[in-house]
Amino acid sequence: MNHQLDQATAFKETLPTVFGYLGIGIAFGVVGRASGFSPWLVLFMSLFIYAGSAQFITVSLLVSHSPIISIVLATFLVNARMILLSLTIAPYFKKDSLLKNIFLGTLLTDESFALGMNKLNFTAGQLNFPWFNTVNLLAYATWNLATLIGALIGNYITDPQRLGLDFAIIAMFIGLLYLQISADRSLPLLLQLTVIGLTLALVYLGMIFIPSNLLIIVATIVGCGLGVLLKHHFFPPKVVSP
Amino acid sequence: MSSFEYTLVTIIGCGLITWLSRVLPFILLKKFTLSDRVLEFLSFVPIVIMSALWFSNLFTQDLGHLPRLNLENFLASVPTLISAIISKNLLVIVAVGIVSLAVIRVILA
Repeated sequence: MNHQLDQATAFKETLPTVFGYLGIGIAFGVVGRASGFSPWLVLFMSLFIYAGSAQFITVSLLVSHSPIISIVLATFLVNARMILLSLTIAPYFKKDSLLKNIFLGTLLTDESFALGMNKLNFTAGQLNFPWFNTVNLLAYATWNLATLIGALIGNYITDPQRLGLDFAIIAMFIGLLYLQISADRSLPLLLQLTVIGLTLALVYLGMIFIPSNLLIIVATIVGCGLGVLLKHHFFPPKVVSP
Repeated sequence: MSSFEYTLVTIIGCGLITWLSRVLPFILLKKFTLSDRVLEFLSFVPIVIMSALWFSNLFTQDLGHLPRLNLENFLASVPTLISAIISKNLLVIVAVGIVSLAVIRVILA
């Protein structure tokens, strides 16, 4: 990553994540097709819901003929973390028009968010519309292209798990986490590692009694809260950006 | 309601609710400014959310009991993490991850 915020730079910096979207997008297309939906309906899900791993849940609940309201609620809960991501990144676009803000929000993903947060470490805390929009658009295009490929070849792949494609998204989370830690200078390293350790404990213990739909959002809220407490008790106060 | 209508209404409902989660904060923050306390809370979101998404894939849930280790994902995470430290390149990291899991499935099968 570098300090430049133009479209060409955004394109170059997003390219590595394309591989991850391809893997999981193809996997989704294959699974959607295997669940009995037409390729076009599978593609429509990706185009319209655009919720990554949550779409697998939507498909499985559709197959089991769950009530519409409970499917929508489950999708909301799994994606409730988007509210936090959106809250975190939106302040950097306060100067841009409402329409541009809505457009950036519409195509925001875990990965474009993580790339944006990582980029801040190289641009002295600046982001702009052309850079972030390019990241978003490339992600959206790849996700839908991958879904279509998966839906079209779905008939020929009997066991998508064999290919290991479902690990693409997990590998992406690992990579983005590592890149964030190694680039972020706003929080002390020891504090970051402690918070990650606590998150591991929260996820593990949370799994005992928190339904999987709610787990990520609960663990994130509690984890961030613990991070703030630790920072105040054990690390000297610092000026918060932006 | 036909099966097609049921599917279509569900997809539209899921799409709208997801869109609102993404867009409403952008709209609200055009008008309001977050307090320092909230910003400090949000500064932990990137690392906590990425690790929560990763860790939740390392276990299999069994409500009411301790989660079981997802051995495949756990083992595949090791080379993936090492490749992250060495390469610092997402493309390499994702490729190593996919290949690792495929190889581990072959070995464990």
